[in-house]
Amino acid sequence: MMKRAGFYALLAVVMLYCAGPLAWQLITSIKLSGEIAVLPPLVSTNPTAAHYLSVFHDYSFARYILNSLIVAGSTTILSLLLGSICSFGLAKLRVPFASLVLAFILSVSMFPPIATVSPLYIIIRTLGLRDTLAALVMTHTVFSLPLTVWVLTNFFRTVPDDIYHAARIDGCRPFQVYWKIMLPLSLPAVFTTAILVFIFSWNEFLFALTFTSASARTVPVAIALFPGIHEMPWGEIAAASVIVTLPIILLVLLFQRKIVEGLTSGAVKG
Amino acid sequence: MKDKERGIRYVAPSLIVLTLVTVYPVLYVFYLSLHRKLLIFNISKFIALDNYLFLIRDERFWNALRNTAYFTGLSVALELLLGLGIAVLLNRSFRLKGASRAIVLIPWAIPTVVSARMWEMMFNTDFGVINYLLGVKINWLGSPFWAIHAAIFVDVWKTTPFVVILLTAGLQVIPRELYSAARIDGAGSWQMFRSVTLPLLLPVILVVLLFRTLDAFRVFDAVYVLTGGGPANSTETVSIYAYKVLFQTLQFGYGSALSLVVFFCTGSIGIFYIRLMTGRRT
Repeated sequence: MMKRAGFYALLAVVMLYCAGPLAWQLITSIKLSGEIAVLPPLVSTNPTAAHYLSVFHDYSFARYILNSLIVAGSTTILSLLLGSICSFGLAKLRVPFASLVLAFILSVSMFPPIATVSPLYIIIRTLGLRDTLAALVMTHTVFSLPLTVWVLTNFFRTVPDDIYHAARIDGCRPFQVYWKIMLPLSLPAVFTTAILVFIFSWNEFLFALTFTSASARTVPVAIALFPGIHEMPWGEIAAASVIVTLPIILLVLLFQRKIVEGLTSGAVKG
Repeated sequence: MKDKERGIRYVAPSLIVLTLVTVYPVLYVFYLSLHRKLLIFNISKFIALDNYLFLIRDERFWNALRNTAYFTGLSVALELLLGLGIAVLLNRSFRLKGASRAIVLIPWAIPTVVSARMWEMMFNTDFGVINYLLGVKINWLGSPFWAIHAAIFVDVWKTTPFVVILLTAGLQVIPRELYSAARIDGAGSWQMFRSVTLPLLLPVILVVLLFRTLDAFRVFDAVYVLTGGGPANSTETVSIYAYKVLFQTLQFGYGSALSLVVFFCTGSIGIFYIRLMTGRRT
């Protein structure tokens, strides 16, 4: 009995440690500005939506959110299209040095972004793509490809080759097998990968900070560069944080199992 | 039997974009690092290895490298210990297990920038909730000693869930019979952990160490937003220093040389761990 109580006490501490800071942010975001810097830090008695309104009115967050949605959405679609075609080739077709190709793709995921940011900046400037969403979609897609290819290749390999051959005998061309059979059969894995890629792109900071200046700014950059010369607008920062975090938290709570599957795919087996 | 149809056409598009956006830039970085290149004045002059000779004598670079190594070592060690503890805790059967696992994922899902801002507010000297709870008045982000540790703490908080996920997956494939066998032999729970759990978990632990060490060594977002590398460069990592040289002073030559250091360090770390893993397998 004592042991059980100890276990639950420990569990409660862990939960508080993980969720507490976000809860605190939520509480801060609905406090009046005057209450935020007051000790002892109390829960507000008269909650306000002022910071949320201000984030949209005074800091044009609607624009940043739209940018983030477009970038993360396009990145997800492109990365899955390119990646799944590549994985199909690796898993089901004859590719010279297939394992070497896969190893190369994986090694790219170890590339530190900082080591590519200066030439990419010059390339993007030369192409006239500075401060465009296209520049971010391009870099995010490529940096998420290793993950996509890794998860999907592992999954495609578990689909029996017999299905592939039967479809071929029935007259399907390889690309039709990929599009009409493999993709529909792999929807769960595709979905898992989509969530991971979306979260990666939604949260990405270094490229977004470097390649955008105003019109293509994404939410993480806007939060990092929150204007505040003398006094930090803590209420607004808290509100903005809650706004960007909630969609992701919702994804995590809903698809916890899938995310865990995706993250552990290969890492534990291989 | 693989199809005769050549798969290369399917693999080629991905390989081409990967080469264009990652391999080509790394070669380009090397090229840049051999130049004195100031972006604003359109100056670009070949100076061979001068940037590297300067780097060897650049005290700020060595300081950044020391900070990065300290940050990486301490945060990866703490993440592993904490992650192991939480994974073992959550591996027992209890009610609300699914919900607890989802909650543990929260820090992982929060954008790094947001988590840095969140902790910045909680670390505030005057009205931060941390000073209040501890009943102290420490200037966490304003003193060199505390700032680096605050940055490590924020990184540990953010990335422990990832460690928990991988270790949990590793724990689940350990056969239950091993534990019952050990129990019959009279092993206590600590002994079981040491002689059953830990050895069987070792391959997964190595994978965790590989991912986390690489990630921690190139740390940028968390520290950049939390402290900006300050106070007095006490939290400046090599990535942050490289970024500042590149985009604040626009010295693309020297900045590229600095960013290549991150590339070679993470490359060596990666090869070290992969050697270790394949060495264990054979």
